Amino acid sequence: MEIIVCIKQVPGTTEVKIDPATNTLIREGVESIINPFDTYALEEGLRMKERWGGKVTTITMGPPQAEKALREAIAMGIDEGVLLSDRAFAGADTLATSYALFRAIEKIGSYDLIICGKQTMDGDTGQVGPELAERLGTPFVTYVKKVEEVNDGHIKVERMIEDGYEVVEMPLPGLITVVKEINEPRLPSLRGMMKAKSAEITIWTASDLGVDTSKVGLAGSPTQVVRIFAPERSRKSEILQGDVSSQVDQLVKKLREAKIV
Amino acid sequence: MGIKVILDKCTGCKLCLKSCPYNAISISEKKAVIGSSCTLCGFCVEACKLEAIVIEKEEAKAADIADYSGVWVFAEQRWGRIAPVVYELLGEGRKLADALETRLSAALLGENVKEKASDLITHGADEVYLVESKFLESYLDDAYSRVIVDMVREHKPSILLMGATAIGRSLAPKVAAMLETGLTADCTALEIDTEKKLLLQTRPAFGGNIMATIICPNRRPQIATVRPRVMKRASRNEKKRGEIIEKKMKPEDLSSRTRVLDFVEDLTEKVKLEEADIIVSGGRGLGGPENFKLVEELADVLEAAVGASRATVDAGWIPYSHQVGQTGKTVCPKLYIACGISGAIQHLAGMQTSDVIVAVNKDPEAPIFQVATYGIVGDLFEVIPALTAKFKEMLGG
Repeated sequence: MEIIVCIKQVPGTTEVKIDPATNTLIREGVESIINPFDTYALEEGLRMKERWGGKVTTITMGPPQAEKALREAIAMGIDEGVLLSDRAFAGADTLATSYALFRAIEKIGSYDLIICGKQTMDGDTGQVGPELAERLGTPFVTYVKKVEEVNDGHIKVERMIEDGYEVVEMPLPGLITVVKEINEPRLPSLRGMMKAKSAEITIWTASDLGVDTSKVGLAGSPTQVVRIFAPERSRKSEILQGDVSSQVDQLVKKLREAKIV
Repeated sequence: MGIKVILDKCTGCKLCLKSCPYNAISISEKKAVIGSSCTLCGFCVEACKLEAIVIEKEEAKAADIADYSGVWVFAEQRWGRIAPVVYELLGEGRKLADALETRLSAALLGENVKEKASDLITHGADEVYLVESKFLESYLDDAYSRVIVDMVREHKPSILLMGATAIGRSLAPKVAAMLETGLTADCTALEIDTEKKLLLQTRPAFGGNIMATIICPNRRPQIATVRPRVMKRASRNEKKRGEIIEKKMKPEDLSSRTRVLDFVEDLTEKVKLEEADIIVSGGRGLGGPENFKLVEELADVLEAAVGASRATVDAGWIPYSHQVGQTGKTVCPKLYIACGISGAIQHLAGMQTSDVIVAVNKDPEAPIFQVATYGIVGDLFEVIPALTAKFKEMLGG
């Protein structure tokens, strides 16, 4: 199987806060990591390769530093890494991101399955996977928690929904987005880390992809962020005092007064 | 095009440096320098007190957006039951439509769902576009997206809202890509900029630590998925009249490449987390899987759903479907009772918008107390059973 895993490098924490006094953002100095959901996508790609043979390529779009994420993926066992990096790609929303990835995957050529994490930790949208599938003209299944089998040009997966899961069959080539429950990502091996050090990373710019720059990056993004602010924290906290029975009585009384129970 | 530091205005104060989530800014000779890891996220623009950083975007030529009007709600249903979020979308959609002085419409797709159309009208829809077919009986990305895109091209709504559910979050991006328009995920507030007639879409990002307001100025429709249980449900008005417009689709246009072979209901969840008014959640403080019964007993008395922290799920104490937080489910019930949960930022991201939060934890320094409405510092093995007994007595169970 030819598998392509799409990953994103994200800040290693979501702990960005706004200083209420100055209304400015405060960020703890942190390292960039592979989006946690994407590590499940990488692991699933590796497991499928181990079971059905083939090759796993990973692709990311980001600044030159995102190369580190690709090397981490190679250390896990991924065969090849492709970095899409160009100032023209910056500021992309999900639609523009899906376009750049689409053109890169076209350039790679053949594939059987594309795997994405269910969403990223910084944007939390979960939109790039389905948008990419649509641009490629392939079917997709979101929120996959298990790959049951690959057989006769079809893949059978379990898709998590609100009240259980569906068993879905999809013809290949196709795209899946995966949830955390699907596996436990492996740690990089020593051999993998050695390989990652010297691995050659393919870097493609906008002109390598031959893209119309009005369709990528900020220019190709129909959505715009007009305001960023701290969420309201109007909640007043009250620590209930007294012994257990008094604490419980106070709490029940308050919840009752608020007509919650 | 791009980001620029206006050197005359920049004083090298470093506020932008601190704000950058991507470590892309450095200070050189008392001026901010924006490096190659910049993603144009705009945080520094907001942070700068001196308006010294600007992001310039060439305004794309507005497409024929003047032709688009009306607010549409996708009336998600499964097995003939309208998803609860649809009534919330109708409530919110009505407000938006009134602000724009336009119509509110619902798109209802399924098999034998016609009787639900009048329900959508009494909840605020001026008209319901109804498409019935046995190929639409259960949700499939291909068939549903084709119907929606077809109708959007024909009727040109300015705004299209869907629930941020498993279905909505698959359908919306497919539709947005087919129409090459903008999509904002998981909105928690919607508003109309009446002057520009634009939809202001506000959503949490970075795990709920930042709110961002997003617009889609030059493409139509403006599509948003909306987080369930945030907007107020539309009230019912039996006198409300509306039109049901039936539309036929050719069966060959309703084929789907994916097939649903089976549905397996999660029976460990007596009450669904996403729909629950009350959630009782357990964390590592429970000490072991056997003690989840304390949480379950309290949940039973309150007819609540059972939630869990990531630590307990990772330890195998309870299935993943119960996990609340960044890598689990996002919930906002009327009441969230956290038992023995310390309140890691990733957990808070999944529940901090709950109306009332009660925290029971023996560590007074636990971060959960910072978001709690009411906190009890104490031993959960005493507090939770006492609470269960008290509610049982009160509710006559």
